[in-house]
Amino acid sequence: MKKLLNTLFVTMPDTYLSLDGENIVVKQEEAVLARYPLHNLEAVCTFGYAGVSPGLMGACASRNIALTFMTSSGRFLARVIGESRGNVVLRKEQYRISDDERRSALVARNMIVGKLYNNKWILERATRDYALRMDVERIKKVTFSLTESMKLLREVEDLEVLRGIEGAAAVQYNSVFDDLILQQKEHFYFHGRNKRPPLDNVNALLSFAYTLLANDMRSALEAVGLDAYVGFLHRDRPGRASLALDVMEELRGVMADRFVLSLINKKIINEKGFYRKENGAVIMDDETRKKVLKAWQERKQEKIVHPYLNEKVPWGLVPYAQALLLARFIRGDLDEYPPFLWK
Amino acid sequence: MLVLITYDVKTSDREGRRRLSKVAKKCMDYGQRVQNSVFECILDSTQFRRLKYELEELIDETEDSLRFYNLGDNYKKKVDHVGAKPAYDMEGPLIL
Repeated sequence: MKKLLNTLFVTMPDTYLSLDGENIVVKQEEAVLARYPLHNLEAVCTFGYAGVSPGLMGACASRNIALTFMTSSGRFLARVIGESRGNVVLRKEQYRISDDERRSALVARNMIVGKLYNNKWILERATRDYALRMDVERIKKVTFSLTESMKLLREVEDLEVLRGIEGAAAVQYNSVFDDLILQQKEHFYFHGRNKRPPLDNVNALLSFAYTLLANDMRSALEAVGLDAYVGFLHRDRPGRASLALDVMEELRGVMADRFVLSLINKKIINEKGFYRKENGAVIMDDETRKKVLKAWQERKQEKIVHPYLNEKVPWGLVPYAQALLLARFIRGDLDEYPPFLWK
Repeated sequence: MLVLITYDVKTSDREGRRRLSKVAKKCMDYGQRVQNSVFECILDSTQFRRLKYELEELIDETEDSLRFYNLGDNYKKKVDHVGAKPAYDMEGPLIL
């Protein structure tokens, strides 16, 4: 397994990034704030209006360092990509599967099974760890229905049916998500998912975590030579990394939802870090965003045993491991795509 | 792994000063300058070999010297800093 390299986040809007030798240099009005060797990085992520020199863009592209630009609220703006990597034969097979509804459904089904399985275990764990603080009976009902949905999925070979089951399961899971918030409940609550813009603190955090995860997922898919824009469950739409969203389904709960819950429950962030714009959108302030990024990076360093590879990997490499397994399946080395089943 | 690199380059003539700046620049490409002629680099073994080779090419072995201290992967317990110019942690969160 490859080594997890670091990600540089630039959240100060008035900075400029340039290349010096093999270093990325971060400048603020000609003063050098920091310089890091490129070989220690696998991604650079900027928020706000940080400018980047063409030289550095080229250097990142040729070294396979994902360079992403986002608005200060974390909405995706643009990304610099160099030459396509990897194997054209692999990508063509990926397109063939994507064009074939039935074959797409068979892959997507495994991803959804992964999602339901992981979400079920998030709830099961919560009832075990905090039995006295939540309505266990209500949550058990949901985990039971998730198990039932997984049984239904076994026979599904149709994308529409799959979406139906997935949607119903998501409603179930979301209905008890609020119960998992144990601290700061007056300011952090979940009454349903809303986005573009997120209308409350929890949704703002979820949106931000999903964006971070989507970026990692997209780079991972490209690193193994797949086309992140051609999906199986999510169909083609210009500018949407459908395949990244597909694989993310099984990781959303374990990597993003749990991350957001621990930020709130461990009081790493508090309500003072959020403000509301005129249109109702809830935005994090710079300080909170930095805290979230720091916690995200630390979480990525934590190690787990990958359930399928049976190998110790940092959380940050799980998207990469799944991309690798998906590529193996598409290449025909595996009979089925093995989703990430967390336990 | 963390490799600590220190060097001594003879600077009494112009040729020596030229070598010194080349060595410094090369080390800078791979790691961070923690003191004047001391660099900390996080490298894998391939990168380490390449850097070592490239530095050997730059120096004059009759006049200059290089020292490589290999601190391994668990270097965090082995390094202690006192005083000015604290170094950043290349493997910790990098947020500006």
